[in-house]
Amino acid sequence: MSLGSNNTSAWLVANGLRCERDDRVLFQDLSFALGAGDIARITGPNGAGKSTLIRILIGLSAGYEGELLWQGDAMARNQYDFFANLLYLGHQPGVKANLTPEENLRWNCRDASREDIYAALEQVGLRGYEDVQASSLSAGQHRRVALARLYVAPPKVWILDEPFTAIDKQGVAKLEQTIIDHAQQGGLVILTTHHDLAVPVKHIELGGPVDPVDHTTEEAGL
Amino acid sequence: MSTQPALMQTISALFKRDLLLAFRSRGDLLNPLMFFLMVTSLFPLAVSPDPKFLGDIAPGVIWVGALLATLLSLDLLFKSDFEDGALEQLLVLPQPTFFLILAKVAVHWLVAGLPLTLIAPLLGLMLGLPEGGYGPLMLSLLLGTPTLSLLGAIGAGLTVGLRKGGMLMPLLILPLYIPILIFAASAVQTGVQGEPVTGHLLFLGAYLAFAVAVCPIAAGAALKISVAR
Repeated sequence: MSLGSNNTSAWLVANGLRCERDDRVLFQDLSFALGAGDIARITGPNGAGKSTLIRILIGLSAGYEGELLWQGDAMARNQYDFFANLLYLGHQPGVKANLTPEENLRWNCRDASREDIYAALEQVGLRGYEDVQASSLSAGQHRRVALARLYVAPPKVWILDEPFTAIDKQGVAKLEQTIIDHAQQGGLVILTTHHDLAVPVKHIELGGPVDPVDHTTEEAGL
Repeated sequence: MSTQPALMQTISALFKRDLLLAFRSRGDLLNPLMFFLMVTSLFPLAVSPDPKFLGDIAPGVIWVGALLATLLSLDLLFKSDFEDGALEQLLVLPQPTFFLILAKVAVHWLVAGLPLTLIAPLLGLMLGLPEGGYGPLMLSLLLGTPTLSLLGAIGAGLTVGLRKGGMLMPLLILPLYIPILIFAASAVQTGVQGEPVTGHLLFLGAYLAFAVAVCPIAAGAALKISVAR
């Protein structure tokens, strides 16, 4: 483990994370270091705690032990700086059904110009739907409204929970390319998905019920 | 630092978004108002049409009606944001949740508390509230309803994740509402009797100032608990 060489550039570091839910250990001794250019895929069977890990990373769940660092400082002390660099898309993407895609984006990307927003909607194939309320869009289009945020002046860190859900084949290919491009431009992407990405990625493996002896494997941050 | 304009920008964007959302679902906003109207207009039918008697109970009836109508409207605060994930997005913003919640509560008051305040004199007229009561009624509602919204945000935040939070929220919140009810209704009574109401109104103002300072913090903590599950 050449921690020294990589740790200086690592943005997000986890040391010995352990999470317990309902008397069941979801994961323990989970360590990784992620930085610029990384794509980390959290894998594991259903119920392994993938979403829980994501919620721990973004500070929405406090039920864990272990250490979480952002830019070398404890996450708790540095959280606002982390949030300023974070784009998080959860299971429910936070798209308001009573707003149009344009209004949704305007709220989510407050610095963006009208042109930026239209360009982003074009990217996700929602051109022509700018003024339609999201409630009358399909599930996939609904999802695309949320994904359009990836195209408007995106922050450095993307944390995406099942981003490919309800997206059609062409959409998946495009989204995959977007994720790869973002990493190549020096961003960091952490995602959960059952879809295999075309490029090698770091794996954070969570295995079902953890045997106390068999520690959760860790390949990231070598 | 560049954080200050971003904070103001975020707050005003949230404020505008919530106002727009309230406007888009204005049918929901009518429910508390209708409830308020119905409760107060049924009283003369059920109790006694005697103007003297109605004038006596008018302050209490109007204030109880306004309080219960506010309780009914608290679901509007965080429920839809919780269901579509917008609440999580709000909690991972780099801006302090204190100000974001304050913006949301301000919108809630504008669409729930303010209409109640504006319609109250009409109901006072209907119940035959004596002349001296209108000023104190309006002032007490202006000072009291924002406090109701602020305190309600704590209860709404705590129960937003529960499927059957409907009964729990009044239990949590009503004790905090009682001082407002007592002081506001007695402010109107005192006004009717022609005595100065400054003391009552000062108490309501102080309670409002306290609620502005404390409730957004408590509501933020409550929301984090609800989202953490």
